[in-house]
Amino acid sequence: MAVAKGIEERERVIVRFAGDSGDGMQLAGGRFTDATASLGNDLATLPNFPAEIRAPAGTLAGVSSFQIHFAARDIVTPGDTPNVLVAMNPAALKANVGELERGATIIVNEDAFTVRNLQKAGYDANPLDDDSLNSFIVRRIPMNTLTQRAVEGMEEVTTRDALRAKNLFALGLLCWLYDRPTAVTEAWLEKKFAGRTASLEANLAALRAGWSFGETTELIDVQIRVPAAHDMEPGIYRTVNGTTATALGLVAASVRSGLQLVFASYPITPASELLHELARHRKAGVRTIQAEDEIAAAGMALGAAFGGALGVTATSGPGMDLKAETVGLAVMLELPMLIIDVQRAGPSTGMPTKTEQSDLLMALYGRHGESPLPIVCATTPAQCFSAVLDAVRIAVRYRTPVILLTDLFLANSSEPWRLPDVELLARIDPALAPANGHEPFEPYARNADGARPWAVPGTPGLEHRIGGIEKSQPSGGISYEPANHQLMTDQRRERIAGIEVAPLVVDADDDADLLVVGWGSSFGTLRAAVRRLRQGGHPIAHAQFHNLNPLPANTGEVLARFKRVLVAEMNDGQLVRVLRAEYGLHIESYAITQGRPLLAAEMERELLERL
Amino acid sequence: MATVSKTNGNGHGGAPLTKADFQAPVETRWCPGCGDYAILAAVQGFLPELGIPPERTVFVSGIGCAGRFAYYMNTYGMHGIHGRAPAIATGLVAARPELSVWIVTGDGDALSIGGNHLIHALRRDIPVKILLFNNRIYGLTKGQASPTSELGKVTKSSPFGTVDAPFNPISLALGAGASFVARTLDTDKHHLPAMLRAAAAHPGAALIEIYQNCPVFNDGAFDAMTEKQTRDANVIALEHGQPIRFGAERERGVVRAADGTLAVVAVADAGEDALLVHDAHREDPSLAFALSRLADVAGGVAPIGIFRAAPRESQTAEVAAELASAHRSFADGDLAALLHGSDTWSVGA
Repeated sequence: MAVAKGIEERERVIVRFAGDSGDGMQLAGGRFTDATASLGNDLATLPNFPAEIRAPAGTLAGVSSFQIHFAARDIVTPGDTPNVLVAMNPAALKANVGELERGATIIVNEDAFTVRNLQKAGYDANPLDDDSLNSFIVRRIPMNTLTQRAVEGMEEVTTRDALRAKNLFALGLLCWLYDRPTAVTEAWLEKKFAGRTASLEANLAALRAGWSFGETTELIDVQIRVPAAHDMEPGIYRTVNGTTATALGLVAASVRSGLQLVFASYPITPASELLHELARHRKAGVRTIQAEDEIAAAGMALGAAFGGALGVTATSGPGMDLKAETVGLAVMLELPMLIIDVQRAGPSTGMPTKTEQSDLLMALYGRHGESPLPIVCATTPAQCFSAVLDAVRIAVRYRTPVILLTDLFLANSSEPWRLPDVELLARIDPALAPANGHEPFEPYARNADGARPWAVPGTPGLEHRIGGIEKSQPSGGISYEPANHQLMTDQRRERIAGIEVAPLVVDADDDADLLVVGWGSSFGTLRAAVRRLRQGGHPIAHAQFHNLNPLPANTGEVLARFKRVLVAEMNDGQLVRVLRAEYGLHIESYAITQGRPLLAAEMERELLERL
Repeated sequence: MATVSKTNGNGHGGAPLTKADFQAPVETRWCPGCGDYAILAAVQGFLPELGIPPERTVFVSGIGCAGRFAYYMNTYGMHGIHGRAPAIATGLVAARPELSVWIVTGDGDALSIGGNHLIHALRRDIPVKILLFNNRIYGLTKGQASPTSELGKVTKSSPFGTVDAPFNPISLALGAGASFVARTLDTDKHHLPAMLRAAAAHPGAALIEIYQNCPVFNDGAFDAMTEKQTRDANVIALEHGQPIRFGAERERGVVRAADGTLAVVAVADAGEDALLVHDAHREDPSLAFALSRLADVAGGVAPIGIFRAAPRESQTAEVAAELASAHRSFADGDLAALLHGSDTWSVGA
């Protein structure tokens, strides 16, 4: 029988699901996200998982987690520390408890706190039995037992099936706790387990058991409601992570340019997801190729571009090293091409499942010779969509390879995305060179943008040869002339430097002395930190770069306007070096390489120190 | 001197294509006597018979002396980077499967730095024709040993002789599952065009190894097969459906032993009926592979001709056509539906 429960309303909540990498925490988090989106909350998520697909079960190395921040108002980050931690085993508790603030709630799967599991996690004593968790509210729930009980008597459901469904029990409980509907998850399970009745029934039973447990027991006496966000722009929304937004941006760029998308890549974490996503879009005419290596993937994208397609390749750190030679050729050939770098912690293999803004300097300078190219970065998971469109616009208009920098955090995190009006998305004119009647074709003749004609095979009269050897202007013939090489170097530089990019937008209080500057995925954190300062009555200014080469024309003026400028980034100080070198100003740096996004509280502290 | 192709403007005006249509208006710059000149002339002389105009023909090359080939063809062309021509061509034909795409590469380009791309282009059986100029030496970098240099060869990079065994390019291609593999000689004015013709007619990836003389760094490497006095004794000409025999008096032949191995024998001893009849169309590549092993780098004996021409069932063209058609018909409305996805919610004004 249901007991009477209090209901409490909150403006925002941060929940973290943590367990062994085999415990299905990403699945639980993903379904909780969908349920939350269906209620109209604003949200942001942060998945975090080990590189090992199945690290030794029960160890700290094998802990996988999924954090979601949801609110009744516009939010910008997945949150710093969770209000509620779900810990499915001792290792998950140990790996995450250090990040909790006093008063946070911990929901543990009590059944997993066995002697053996405690040993594997490195606990000498059971933390549930001593006073080490006294500053938290701990809810001990025997999830294995309750899940097994829920499936008792079901035909063909084994103990193993039951244990595997315990993540659904945890999800059901959390859905009750935060008043999220389970229908979304039930529909998802029915699709996922279609034809596998036993697994479906076990999972549904576990989900419902979790919900009922919350509703009927006295262990948790308050249900929390987070009303729909009230300050989101009107429109139709869906949840996207950065990978999906990037893929959709590529399809949109293909449609709005009329260029067929040829996407070639080699499996690498975390960029592989983009290949998986695009490979599904055959109905949109997307051609994907799983190349034999990173070098080939770049070559295929460039070959496709030569053929008049939208040639795209995507990779992560080590893959960028391998593609550098081909990107250099694309610089020389002056063909449109997009290279997407889903950055991860380096150097070398580094930490493949951890985020970092690792490759800005490489994108700028990581090729031999003078080989400038434009660099665009994405600032939020959903913004990956428009970042792709901007990158393709630049590539096509200026006939150049473009590097788009996203990162692992953007790729895996999700947030609501207000669907754009497709017809209002800017058209991208490929302006292919028309068949030529009489004049000898000049492949390196330049237009007002400094761009050369894109003459694709099949067009009569435009037969021409291009290659990596220096070109004669404008005939395109091989040239070793000193003056010509100087001219071509100048023109390659000027063409890229002259690319039209949006001005740097500054969100500044009138009397702000301190400007915090970021690029890419630190956008949400910096905005959240700035909000906190403003709530505390401190004037502050924030600017976030979307274009890193060329930099917006007003950059120098913006930087010079403030008494102090701080660049915050997740690397060892890359943008700050560029800005110092470019503008000769004194600029401060806050740079971390810890494989995690910047936190709002951390940035609030850093900014307060500088006020 | 500027030549204007007949294809400029409004097509061909009905005039048949000629060799001149495929000659780029630039000076050819290989060393005097280079085998590449003969190959270039043969290719330019052959292409008109395909009836494919220069604007629908593309030459993609890598780095090395052979790489310059693309500049001399009055077609579309890309002189790429070292070893990567097959990768670039793979992307090109993915986007434009209707084009006639040729790759020109060398032994260093294709088999050393670009080995991975070569085997995967063959594995994928993409519609490209690969001309592998094999001179068994690095020419452009001035005389280092190549992956086809004979064991023990003394070069600038191997003053005491190479210690690494060479590749047999035909064996390598067959091992990678190539559906068309042939060998020819740079100076053979009849055989070379015949191989080009057969390759062009093949629907998938076609590899032709062309023994090519480098007069500067490896002169005479193939003399045993090209000089009048010795060629009949050393060239094993493969012809589909014909018994394999050679020699000035066609006195030698190839037989297959009971254990499946091939041997060169005197026809008089073995008898004409015992000779192996060449079947280039066999689905199973084992026999073609065995034939490829008859090449004796040191002794100068080698088979030429088509080792294998066995078109593979392929969905490549179908998939490309389906995707191209899907791309053309995928409009703004379809994009809007795709962006919308399945789970959305509405926030009111």
